[in-house]
Amino acid sequence: MDAWRCAMKTLLLILAGILFSAGLTLGGMTDPKKVISFLDFFGNWDPSLLFVLGGAVVTFCAIFHGVARLEKPIYAPSFEIPQQRKITLKLILGAALFGIGWGITGLCPGPSLVSMFLSPSIFYFVIAMGVGMGFARYFD
Amino acid sequence: MNIAYLIIAGAMLGISVGIVFITLGKVVGISGISKGLLQKVESWRIAFLVGIIGSGILFQILFPQNFDTPKTGSFALILGGLFVGFGTSLCNGCTCGHGICGNARFSQRSMIATLIFIATGAFTVWMRGGVQ
Repeated sequence: MDAWRCAMKTLLLILAGILFSAGLTLGGMTDPKKVISFLDFFGNWDPSLLFVLGGAVVTFCAIFHGVARLEKPIYAPSFEIPQQRKITLKLILGAALFGIGWGITGLCPGPSLVSMFLSPSIFYFVIAMGVGMGFARYFD
Repeated sequence: MNIAYLIIAGAMLGISVGIVFITLGKVVGISGISKGLLQKVESWRIAFLVGIIGSGILFQILFPQNFDTPKTGSFALILGGLFVGFGTSLCNGCTCGHGICGNARFSQRSMIATLIFIATGAFTVWMRGGVQ
């Protein structure tokens, strides 16, 4: 029974990954130009990302608040909801730096993984991203 | 791409992180999963990432018109990658973690983070002369 539960859990997570890729692909978020066009407020603005993000937020909002009735998640003892409330310097600085990298390349973590094997450039981006993440651990 | 189509694509993202929330109780973004994997290899992270990366390859074949590469030089590309990795790690989230999940939870931290990274992103694009 335990092996079966484990297998189901793994399958559901793989499915979640597939849905994630599908959503990004169909939403056009795997095209850096579409992302940069969204950020190009004063130029050729393309609001596409806004609708994708909006659809995602509303959907997860419904799920998140709807699931509040559940005593516990299906395969874990409890819900792990981030407790940190303070607006810290790390939050501000981190978000600012992330935005710059995002603005330069039009890539953020999710789409970069979906496109990881599309071309060497994106693969190198992912490596650099990993290095950046590893470096950030010194500031934890 | 009409608006309804975009919203449905977004809904798929919402359902995806919703599945992770219902099954494991975790509120996730890709930066968090990747960063966590660097610290500790857990099967659920691998499963999720395999799903994303594996199907990503398939979708590139099925929908090649939806994919493109960044139009930057090598230096800007690597710098961008370092900033995205370092920045998302430092603020504990990305467009998914803060942008989707955090905002859906009405988290003040996430709303502020989202506004900041969109602002600096827009500023960066403006500085570079807009869409190339």
